[in-house]
Amino acid sequence: MRRAAVSTLLWGYAAVALLPLLIMVWNSFRTDQELVVEPLGLPHSPSLDAYREAWVEASFSTYFLNSVLVTTLSVLLSTAVSLLAAYALARSRSRLMTVIEQVFVSGLMMPVFLMIVPIFYLLDMIGLASTRTGLILVYSAVSIPFSVFVLATFLRQLPVDLEDAARIDGAGPLRTFWSVLLPLVRPAVATVVVFRFVPIWNDFFYPLILVRDRAQYTLPVGLTTFFGEYQTSWSTLFAGLVIATLPLVVLFLVATRQIVAGLTAGMGR
Amino acid sequence: MSRRRTAALPTPVALLFLLPAAALFAVFVLYPMATALTYSLFSWRGTAQDAFVGLDNFVALFTTEPYATQLPRAFGHNALLFAGAMVVQNSVGLLLAYALHHRGRLRRLFQVLYTMPYLVSPLVVGYLWSLLLSPLFGPVNAALRAVGLDAVAQPWLGDPDSALWVVVLVTAWQWVGFPLLVYGAALGALDPAIEEAAMLDGATSRQRFWHVTLPLLMPVIGTVSVLTFIFSMEAFPIPYALGGSSGSPAGATDVMSLLFYRTAFHSGASNAIGISSAVAIVLFLVIVGISVLFTQWFRRVERRLT
Repeated sequence: MRRAAVSTLLWGYAAVALLPLLIMVWNSFRTDQELVVEPLGLPHSPSLDAYREAWVEASFSTYFLNSVLVTTLSVLLSTAVSLLAAYALARSRSRLMTVIEQVFVSGLMMPVFLMIVPIFYLLDMIGLASTRTGLILVYSAVSIPFSVFVLATFLRQLPVDLEDAARIDGAGPLRTFWSVLLPLVRPAVATVVVFRFVPIWNDFFYPLILVRDRAQYTLPVGLTTFFGEYQTSWSTLFAGLVIATLPLVVLFLVATRQIVAGLTAGMGR
Repeated sequence: MSRRRTAALPTPVALLFLLPAAALFAVFVLYPMATALTYSLFSWRGTAQDAFVGLDNFVALFTTEPYATQLPRAFGHNALLFAGAMVVQNSVGLLLAYALHHRGRLRRLFQVLYTMPYLVSPLVVGYLWSLLLSPLFGPVNAALRAVGLDAVAQPWLGDPDSALWVVVLVTAWQWVGFPLLVYGAALGALDPAIEEAAMLDGATSRQRFWHVTLPLLMPVIGTVSVLTFIFSMEAFPIPYALGGSSGSPAGATDVMSLLFYRTAFHSGASNAIGISSAVAIVLFLVIVGISVLFTQWFRRVERRLT
């Protein structure tokens, strides 16, 4: 009896968690007419009209491209500079480095509301107001604390023997970093990439304030204007929400395999 | 010479490797943080910094309209979001984690299912629920009518009495995976011998939960509570999607972040920067101050229990 109650609870909550997401997907394949007449119905004759409307008419193609560009370049730039910095922090014994690391890590508690107005004027001052470049630089900078923290922790756990051997063979620091360390840190890099990609892809606060030009909008800000303009075209709204969510689903399908592969590769050694 | 020393990078080389990250961080994080502190101490004419006014902006924030009304109201709403998250999100998370802990089979599957909403953008979650709760075609009201609960069906987001609770529940729906995973990990780390001992002593399952498991979870409950507090105070995308930047209906869903956003970018007031920076600093001080007090208090409770 008690077991049955627990099972009911577990499956019941699974329905609560999943149903809204399923409704989002299947309503995007129905017409507005169907949605009003039969709010709880399933798609009878699935139609892609809503997607065509969102993608072409409502400029989702532009927002999508901007989001892909901004997120990818931000993650690449922040991971690259963080990896270099983490190498320096993990392999140097100077006291100065400890202080610098503490400054980086203190950024994990950044007060974003406090920083946004100065960032807005800073971008204006250096001619990057309302540009994707400005957004990329800001995202990269705010990603540094997390990325440096994870990468430096991982690098500290790696044995230094390989680097010693490379140095004895005459490799310089840059060469050692590139040929010896880079292949070893791949699992940590995969973690950092996934854990920064998601919040940047989903972020709405920075572009809402920093980007004024519609041609430069990322998906989340695009969604806000879209919800203002397509208020009555419900299936298009559902399609827009699906478009904004789909890349994360793809990323998880791809990245889980990569992370697992990275981890097992590390274990084989 | 130790092995560690041989691998150490010479400081000048290390600094070179640090340079790109340090430059980016200094320009786009440290500089804005430092200047933000000074912004609130000046009066502004549009984007031009005017005279040094000391704490006048803070005084204005608490004494002039519309801030004197909107600030306490928004703060109260944030506090309700926190209370709601503690009652709904964290207790449902704990309940589900506890149920899963005693049920080895399919645990992973359920964890993944419950965490799904957490992966979706909070803005998308907010907009999705605004559609699901629509009085015109919303499946929620349709489902209520289908099971004969016509009286319960209502324009959830149009009524000032229910709108904030919708924000609480939608936030809980998205975030429940967070307490679930944290409590799940904590339960997994507990020594099963303690519960077995309680069982041998004849404790019922309810007694075991309240008097054995819960006290042992106290440290984790403390951490989850502090994080929930920070997230509740900074709530932005879900209230924005459900009530717009003015916190409609009638300011019923207005929160601190929306007040800040309106003041800084949509108020049209000439001293918008001075006042909005004061809002941001008040919010920051409240978050840091209460988080510290919370942590200390929980530590004391913990010590009393163990």
